[in-house]
This record gives sequence, C-alpha cells and structure tokens, in this order.
Amino acid sequence: MSILIDKKTKVVVQGITGRDGAFHTKQMLDYGTKIVAGVTPGKAGETVEGVPVFDSVKEAREATGANTSVIYVPSKFAVDAIYEAAEAGIDLVICISEGVPAMDMLAVYNYLKDKKTRLVGPNTPGLISPGASKVGIMPGQIHVKGSVGVVSRSGTLTYEVVYHLTQRGIGQSTCLGTGGDQIVGTGFLDVLEMFEKDQQTKAVVLIGEIGGTDEEEAAKFIRKNMSKPVVAFVAGMTAPPGKRMGHAGAIIAGGSGTAAEKVAAFQKAGIKVAESPAEVAVLMEAELAKLKKKAKKPAKKKKIAKPKKAKKAGKKKAAAKPRKMKKPAKKKAVAKPKRAAKKTAKKKKATRRKR
Amino acid sequence: MKIHEYQAKQIFARYKLPLPDGDVATTPDEAKEIAARIGKPVMVKAQVHVGGRGKAGGIKKADDPDLAFQMASRILGMEIKGLPVKKVLVTECKDIATEAYIGIIVDRKSKKPVIMVSAAGGIDIEEVARETPEKIHKLEVDPLLGLQSFQARNLAYLLYADRKIANQTCPVILKLYKAFIENDCSLAEINPFITTPEEEVWAVDAKINIDDSGLARHRDIEEMRDLDAEEKGEIEAREKGLSFVKLDGNIGCIVNGAGLAMATMDLVKRFGAEPANFLDIGGSSSPEKVVSAMSIILRDPNVKAILFNIFGGITRCDDVANGIVHAVNQLKPKVPIVVRLTGTNEDKAKDILRQVNLAATTSMEEVVKKAIQLSGMTQTSMFGS
Repeated sequence: MSILIDKKTKVVVQGITGRDGAFHTKQMLDYGTKIVAGVTPGKAGETVEGVPVFDSVKEAREATGANTSVIYVPSKFAVDAIYEAAEAGIDLVICISEGVPAMDMLAVYNYLKDKKTRLVGPNTPGLISPGASKVGIMPGQIHVKGSVGVVSRSGTLTYEVVYHLTQRGIGQSTCLGTGGDQIVGTGFLDVLEMFEKDQQTKAVVLIGEIGGTDEEEAAKFIRKNMSKPVVAFVAGMTAPPGKRMGHAGAIIAGGSGTAAEKVAAFQKAGIKVAESPAEVAVLMEAELAKLKKKAKKPAKKKKIAKPKKAKKAGKKKAAAKPRKMKKPAKKKAVAKPKRAAKKTAKKKKATRRKR
Repeated sequence: MKIHEYQAKQIFARYKLPLPDGDVATTPDEAKEIAARIGKPVMVKAQVHVGGRGKAGGIKKADDPDLAFQMASRILGMEIKGLPVKKVLVTECKDIATEAYIGIIVDRKSKKPVIMVSAAGGIDIEEVARETPEKIHKLEVDPLLGLQSFQARNLAYLLYADRKIANQTCPVILKLYKAFIENDCSLAEINPFITTPEEEVWAVDAKINIDDSGLARHRDIEEMRDLDAEEKGEIEAREKGLSFVKLDGNIGCIVNGAGLAMATMDLVKRFGAEPANFLDIGGSSSPEKVVSAMSIILRDPNVKAILFNIFGGITRCDDVANGIVHAVNQLKPKVPIVVRLTGTNEDKAKDILRQVNLAATTSMEEVVKKAIQLSGMTQTSMFGS
C-alpha cells in the first residue's frame, strides 16, 4: 500500500471550472485518478471533462462520497476552500494554491489540529502514488510504482529526483510535496511516520531546502523512530542569507536555516546526504542493494526463499542501522520462522513507536 | 518585505503605542526643522534595511537643532553595509533607565504567533538569545483565541517588578499583538522598549517585517516599499512575475521552480564556478517571461554564460523554447547560452531551438558543466560548434 491516496481515493476538485482546475482535472483523469466531483459556487449542474460540478463541497461529498479534495482556487479564496472542505468532512485536503498568507495558515493549522481532516500544502505540487492515483500537478509519466517513498518541500526539484530514481529502475510508493510555505498542514515528520508504517515503502528520499528547522527535526525523528533507510538532499547551499529564494519558506533568517546546518544534522543522525539530485538515486540504489543483501542471507538458511518473505526480512534487518534499534532488529533477523517473523516484526515496530 | 523604522512607527502610531515625538527627514535642513519643533535633544537615526546601524555610526544624538543639522548631513549619504542612507528619523531623545525587548514572530516550529520578552533588551539581544536564552520569556499564542489580557499582564510582570511600569507595559503588548496580526507581519518588534527615570515607558525603536503573501491586502504597506534599497533587476523581476535574486558569480541561471533553481545554483558551485543569480520563471512560463528573464540577467556584466534548466511538467518545454528563440533574436546575447530541457513536449522544443542553432541536452549535470566550460568563450565559437 501507498500512503494517503490509492486506487480507492475519490477526489473532489475545488475550483474545477477555473483554468488550472480544469486543466489538471483532465491530467489527473488521464492518469487514472478517480475524480468524482468538482466544486465551483454558482456552477452546479455543469460538467468539466464529464465530472459533475456542485455548489458546495458538502453537496459534492453527499452526492459522490468524495473523501479527498484538491484545491486550485486563487490564493485569496484558498483558506475559505480549506475550511469548507474540513467542515464537509473531507479526510484529506490538498491545497495547490500559492500565496496564502502565513497569518491565515496559523489559524488553519490550529483549527485542523483536532479535526480528522489532514491538510497537505498550501503551495504544494500534491502527491502521487504511482500506478494508483495522482492528486496534484506533477507530471505522472516520470513516476513508476515501487518501494521508495519521496517527501519534499519543492516541486520541480522533486520531479528531477524522481526522474533519476526511475531511470535507475527505482520505483516509488508515494511522492508527496509538503509545500514551499512557512506554515504547511503536513510536515516531514507526519510523512516519515506514515512511510515507516507503510508496507510498500522500503526506503525514503527526503528533499529539504533552506529555511526553518524542519530538516533538523526530521533528522532527529529518523534517528529515533525509523527503521527504513533514508537518503536526503538539501537545496540552497549557495543561497545568500536574508533573501527569499522563491518559496515563502526558503529564507535564511537571522543566520539560521542554512543548508549546511541541515546537511550536518542529517549526517550527525547517520543519514546519507546526496550532493546532487542525480546522486540521490545512486545512494538510494546502494541502500536498496544493502536491503536485498540482508534479505537474501537469512533466506538462504531457510532454503526456500520466497520473495515476499525475503523482502520482509530485509526490512527487519535494515532496522539494525539506527542505533537505538539494534537489539530488536537483531532478534528479528535471527528468528524468522517465515510467517511468524512477519507478525513479531509488526508487533515490535508498534512497541518501538510507542516508546 | 522589510519596512523602515519610521514606517513601522507610522503603523504603530495607529495602534497608539507610546512613541517618542519624531519625523523623517531627507535633508539636513528638514532634520533641523524637526529638531526645532521638538525643542528637546533628539536622536538622528539612519533609515536603512540593515541591523547594527548604531555600531556603524548611523545613530547620533544631537542636543540642539544645529547639531541635528550637522549629524543629519553626516549620516545622509553615508553607506551602511553597502546601502546608501537616504532618510533619517529625527526623534526625541529619552533618558533611559532600563531597556527591554518585546517582539512577536510567526513561529514555524509551534505554528503559532510567539511573543518574546526580555528584560535584557538593547543592541545585544541576539547575543542574549544565544548565550543566555533563559533571559528570554516566550509565550505561544493560540491564533484562534488571540492574546488574552492576563497573558499580556503576566508577560509584563515577568519584565518588571515595579507594578506601575508593568501596568503600563501590558497594554503595549496587547496593542503590539493587534498590530502584528492585522498587518500580516512576520515580525513586529520593539527593541529597546525603555523606561525613563520618571517611570514612563517608550517604544524607542520599531521593526516590522511583512509576509509577502499577505501584502496583497495591505496596499498602504506595499507603497512603503523602498525601491532604492532593492536591486534593480529584482524590482523588474517582481513586476514581471519572476522570482529573482542577484548573486556575485558569472553563470546566469534560468530555471523553472524554486527548489530546482537552488539545486542548479548548488551544482554550479559544486563544479567549480559561481552562480550569478537565482531565477525561477514559475509554472506556466510564457515566452515573454523567458525574454524578461534573459534581459534581466544579461544586464549583469559579470555574466559569462547563461544556462536554462527546465523540467517540463506543467511548464511546457516548447513554450520555453519559443521564449528562448524570441529572447535570442531580440536581445542578441554576446554570452553563450546552453539549454537543458526535459519532459512535456521536449522533442518539439528541441526542433524549435535548432532555429537559433542551439542544441539542448536532457541532463542537468551536463548543462551545468557545459555552461562553466563555455563561460570563457565567445559567442561565435559557441554557435560555430
């Protein structure tokens, strides 16, 4: 399974009759995304690419069972659109719109904290679970289904990295852009936690950039809580302080938020850091090879190396890397009576997380 | 966006924060007039967008109007950290008993407005934050509830044991918070916030940064933008809907997307050269945008080669290619141009580029290497190859 979206995801497009909304609705439909409804106030009854348009998200959800919304409205209407989706009971809201004021986002973030609705963005390219569903604006054709999760603060840089992964035959489970703004609904930690739990994801690529301390916190989180290998890349080594580099969140303020600090934080946590987008794929290939190796060894002892189980074992052994996890990981690696191993592994992971 | 101290004080004045009398001057004569009107010793303060003005000699005391004239003539025209001083704020000089710090930021970590106060205010607040962070009290405010009076009161009590002073400070914090929220500030700060021997409180300095995304709803603040303080190319880029930052290197970079643009600059550096700029042409890149982008970059005499790095997705490569053809025909660049295009309509784009004898590569590393290699060469040799 991927994270957050899959083949069953039913999408409502907010702002479907606008230029961007209509264009990307077609793109998403072409990719195979289940778009069940669109919303533009005052245009109920129309259709866009065969998708029925409603006046409100509530009506759209009630009529179609949509559980995910994607927002393409101009920035000054974006906050209203997010609240509307949350009030209508949508589970996942992806806000593509750029230029939402940070002050508004502070309120949105704190409002959503106790709600079931998860927000991705704003200013995000969205997310894609290759082969299953795409909710966003990324070019679908560069992705292939696989086992590497990708989380990033940017758009085209993510495409660049994914392109290199795909060229090396490394497929992706889910690729998610958290958004380039200062205040976003879903951050690195949320996504890393989901990737750690996700069965399909075996390794993770994290793409950071200057500004804030999200990367530093991600490094700590990975070291403490993740058994899966992570390869990181940080953009903005040459960015000058005090200047906003396109993204509202990409600014070195008061001397903090530099790329060098972030790279150091990852390295300190034992995470491999690529020096270029192309090198991300090279490092990831090596990490995946290590996983395979680890998976094969125990499999040989067991004689019959069923591919599925071999993969599982690999995941368990990979846990040996982060320091804290050494003990449980070793145990798992030694004791893998095929089916039982799976279960214990799951249990152990669960307890680890609680700690 | 940054605004000057005198502009921040204009905003603070609307919220009735306790501000010493003062006004802004562009000439020594104006400074003298203001000082005469105030009729007391004044401070003459350079209005530039850099920290450490005082240490750089940009803030001087003047006991009478003639001295104010002298100080203003010395400060106006001076350069502080590369920025020319075009305006000074002439403001009543207050006797200082204590200096505190009061500031509010949009905190990325807690995702809340955070108020910070410290009794150890003044010019070395950064050092206080670094060396003795326990001297700075922080309060996370729930943005849905807003700042409550009791919270402001408790912060004031943390600052001052003297209840009379604390009672004057509490409304200052409440008003500052209101100003912060209502003007889409990313930072609003009073440093120092002083008490006088007579136990009065004054906001002697004021600093406000505005969230660019919030500017659209504050026309009045947008008009405060100091175009003198900005690089010409950066002003033009903003007008054309491009995101541009000038740097000191000689490889010009035109990229779609901010993250990829930064990664491209980093790669230039990694391969041994320096980027001349950050430039994001954005998602839907019309040919005009490409022309504007190239003309802005070509104005920089340091630029020895220009590279395009386009990852087509929503951006169509053929649109960018058309823009490059227009730009080359219109601007006739004397420096080599190298292009990387991949993604949507890549093949079409390559055909278009052949019209101007440009070959496009599909690899980012390759285009960066090529730009660096060609940055010493002339146009003819490049087009000849």
